[in-house]
Amino acid sequence: MSNAPLNNETVHRVSFLDKASLHIPILRILQADGTTYENAVLPVIDQELAAKIYDTCIFTRVLDERMLGAQRQGRISFYMTCIGEEAAVVGSAAALDKNDVILAQYREQASLRYRGFTTEQFMNQMFSNEKDLGKGRQMPIHYGCSELNYHTISSPLGTQIPQATGVAFSQKLKGERNVTICYFGEGAASEGDFHAGLNMAAVLKAPVIFFCRNNGYAISTPTEEQFAGNGIASRGVGYGMHTIRVDGNDMLAVLAATQQARAYALENNAPVLIEAMTYRLGAHSSSDDPSGYRSKEEEAKWQQHDPVKRFKLWLINKGWLKEADDTSIYEKYREEVLAAVKVAEKLPVPHLDQIIEDVYDVPTPALKKQLKELKEHISKYPKAYPKSAGRL
Amino acid sequence: MAQMNMLHAINEALSIAMKADERMVVFGEDVGHFGGVFRATSGLQEQFGRDRCFNTPLTEQGIAGFANGLAANGMTAVAEIQFADYIFPAFDQIVNESAKFRYRSGNEFNVGGLTYRTPYGGGIAGGHYHSQSPEAYFTQTPGLKVVVPRNPEQAKGLLLAAIRDPNPVIFFEPKRLYRASVGDVPEGDYQIELGKADVVKQGSDITVLAWGAQMEIVEKACDMAAKEGISCEIIDLRTLSPWDVDTVAKSVKKTGRLVINHEAPLTGGFAGEIAATIQQECFLYLESPISRVCGLDTPYPLIHEKEYMPDEFKTFEAIKATMSF
Ligand SMILES: Cc1ncc(C[n+]2csc(CCOP(=O)(O)OP(=O)(O)O)c2C)c(N)n1
Repeated sequence: MSNAPLNNETVHRVSFLDKASLHIPILRILQADGTTYENAVLPVIDQELAAKIYDTCIFTRVLDERMLGAQRQGRISFYMTCIGEEAAVVGSAAALDKNDVILAQYREQASLRYRGFTTEQFMNQMFSNEKDLGKGRQMPIHYGCSELNYHTISSPLGTQIPQATGVAFSQKLKGERNVTICYFGEGAASEGDFHAGLNMAAVLKAPVIFFCRNNGYAISTPTEEQFAGNGIASRGVGYGMHTIRVDGNDMLAVLAATQQARAYALENNAPVLIEAMTYRLGAHSSSDDPSGYRSKEEEAKWQQHDPVKRFKLWLINKGWLKEADDTSIYEKYREEVLAAVKVAEKLPVPHLDQIIEDVYDVPTPALKKQLKELKEHISKYPKAYPKSAGRL
Repeated sequence: MAQMNMLHAINEALSIAMKADERMVVFGEDVGHFGGVFRATSGLQEQFGRDRCFNTPLTEQGIAGFANGLAANGMTAVAEIQFADYIFPAFDQIVNESAKFRYRSGNEFNVGGLTYRTPYGGGIAGGHYHSQSPEAYFTQTPGLKVVVPRNPEQAKGLLLAAIRDPNPVIFFEPKRLYRASVGDVPEGDYQIELGKADVVKQGSDITVLAWGAQMEIVEKACDMAAKEGISCEIIDLRTLSPWDVDTVAKSVKKTGRLVINHEAPLTGGFAGEIAATIQQECFLYLESPISRVCGLDTPYPLIHEKEYMPDEFKTFEAIKATMSF
C-alpha cells in the first residue's frame, strides 16, 4: 500500500478533526505605529529597495484615484483599484527576481508597476489606443507584458492557477533558476481550477508561489459565504504544501514571507501557498457600489489599517523618508498620470486590419474574406463606424 | 399591464414562480442579499428567506453540479451564471450531466426542474469575456432547451414557462436590453409556450429571422428596407432548441427569401443549422440563397465592437442583396 505520507497513529474511539485542530498563526512584523514587534525577524531590505517599494505604492494609489476619476468622467469605460491591498501586492512582487513569472488575477497593477510597466503603457491599455500591447482587445486593466514576464490578464476567474503550475513546471524542466507567482482572490479559490492547480503543483513538484489576497469580499459575497474552513491556508496544508498566513497589510511581513517562499520553492522544486489577510478598501470595480452590502463603519475601521501609511511610518522611523519627500512623490505622480491620460486618449485606436490578427498565427482565408467585406461595408456607411472609417 | 424593464420583468417572474412553488430555490454568485450584479434577484431573499434565495461560493462548476443534484431530488432549481462567458467552467455539468440525466438513466432520474439563467451578448463595451453569445454550444447538445427573450413581456412569460418546463432549460438574457428595453408587461402569472417562434411582423418579400437582443437590430434594418419598398416578415425564434421549423418554413414558402441574424461568430453558429434545414424544407420555394449576418469569426473585440457587430446596416445590405439576387 503506498500510503507513505500518511502517518500511522491509530485511535480506538471515534474522534473527528475540525478546523480548530489546525493552528495557523499570522505573521506580523510591523506594528501600527511603524515600529517592529520585539523579536521580529525582518526581511532582507535596504534603503534602495524600501524606496522602490514605497514609490510603487504611491504610484499605484495615484493611478487608482486618477483612473477612477477618469472612469467617472466617462473617459475610460471601466476600472478596478488595488486600494488597501498595496502591501500584499508590492511586498510579494518585491521579493521576486525579474525573470520570475507573474500570473495575476486583475487587482495587481502594483506588481506590474514594480516590474517597470510605464505610466504610458498603463494608459495605452486603458484607452485601447494603437500603442496598447494587447491591441485594444480587452477591457481596461487587462494588462500583460511578455518583456516583464507578466502574463496578460484573463477575466474568467481561476484559469491562471493551473496555468501557473504549468509555467513553474516548465521552469523546472528547463533548469531555470526561477519561480512563478500566481495571484488570486479568496473568491477565485472556490473555482475548480484552484483545486486542480494546487493539487498538480504539489504532486508534480512545481516551483510556484500561490498568493491569495484574502480581502474579505468577492464582489458582494463576504468570506463567511465563500468558505467554511480555516481560510485558504488550510487548503495548502491539505494539498501537502508549505503554507503561511501573513498580515496582508504589513509590507515587511509579506516581503519576508515571499522571500522565504521563493527560496524554498527554488531549493525544493515545490509549491508554497501564502494567504495574505487584507481588505478591499474600494468598490469591487467601477461598476459596483459596496454600500449595498457592507457598512461605512466596517470600511472606516479598515481605513485605520492602511498598509501604505503603516509602511510610511516605518520609513520615517528609519530616517529613510521625510514628510516633504512624501508630498513631492505624490505630486510628481499626479502630474505624470494626468499628462499621460491627455496623451493616451488622443492616440488613434488600433487599425481595423488588426481585428483579424492573432486569432491564429496567420489569418485564415475566411477571416481575410470577412475583413475585405467589412471594409467595403464600412466605406458605404462611414458615419456608423467612426473609429475606423477614416483609416481603411 | 404595467411598464417595466426586462430586469424587473425577470424579477417578477422569479417571485411569481417562487410563490407558486415552495420547492423552488434561486441561487448563484452574489444573487442573495445583493440581488445579483444586475439586480435580477433583488428582494427575493427578503421575501422568501435565505434558504430559498442565496449566494453560492464562486464556482460555476459547483453551481451547475449542485443544481443538478437539487433537481434530481425533485426541487425546482433556478441557477444564475453571472455572465454567459463564465458558463464554460460549468460546461461538463451542463452538457454531460444536466442534458443526459434522463436519457442515461432510462428516466430513473431527471433534472427537469432545472433552469440556468445567464446574461449574454455584447454592445456594452465589455470586450470578449463580457460579450459572448454561446448558444450554439448548447443547441448542439440533445436534452437541453435553449431560450432567448427579446423584451420584458417575452422575458416574463418565457421564463415562467422555462422554470415549469419538465426539462433543463438554459435561459439566455440579453444584457444590453436589461435596462434599455422597457415595455408593457401583463400582470400576474402567464406563460409563453416554449418551442414556438413569434411572427413579430407580417411581410411578403423576405423573411428576416433573429432572436434576443438582435431583434431590435433586425427591426431597424427592416424599417430601412421598408423605405425602399421592401416588405419584410420578421420572426423572433425565441426558443433555439427545439426550434420552430414549421413557422419559419411557412414564412419562407410565402416570401421565398430568408436572412438570419445572430451575434455569435458565423462559423458553426446556429444560423448554419437554420439555413440547412430551411434549404431542405423550402428548396423549391427559394428565390435566392439564404443569407447569414453574424459576428466575425474572431473573439468579441473591445475597441472594434461596432465593426464586429451584425448591425442594422449590415442586415439592411443583406436584405437588399438577397432581394436583388
Ligand atoms: C469564472 C468567473 N465567474 C465569475 C466572474 C465574475 N467576477 C469577476 S470578479 C468576481 C469576484 C472575485 O472575487 P475575489 O476572487 O475574491 O477577488 P477580489 O475581487 O476580491 O480581488 C466575480 C464573481 C468571473 N470573472 N469569472
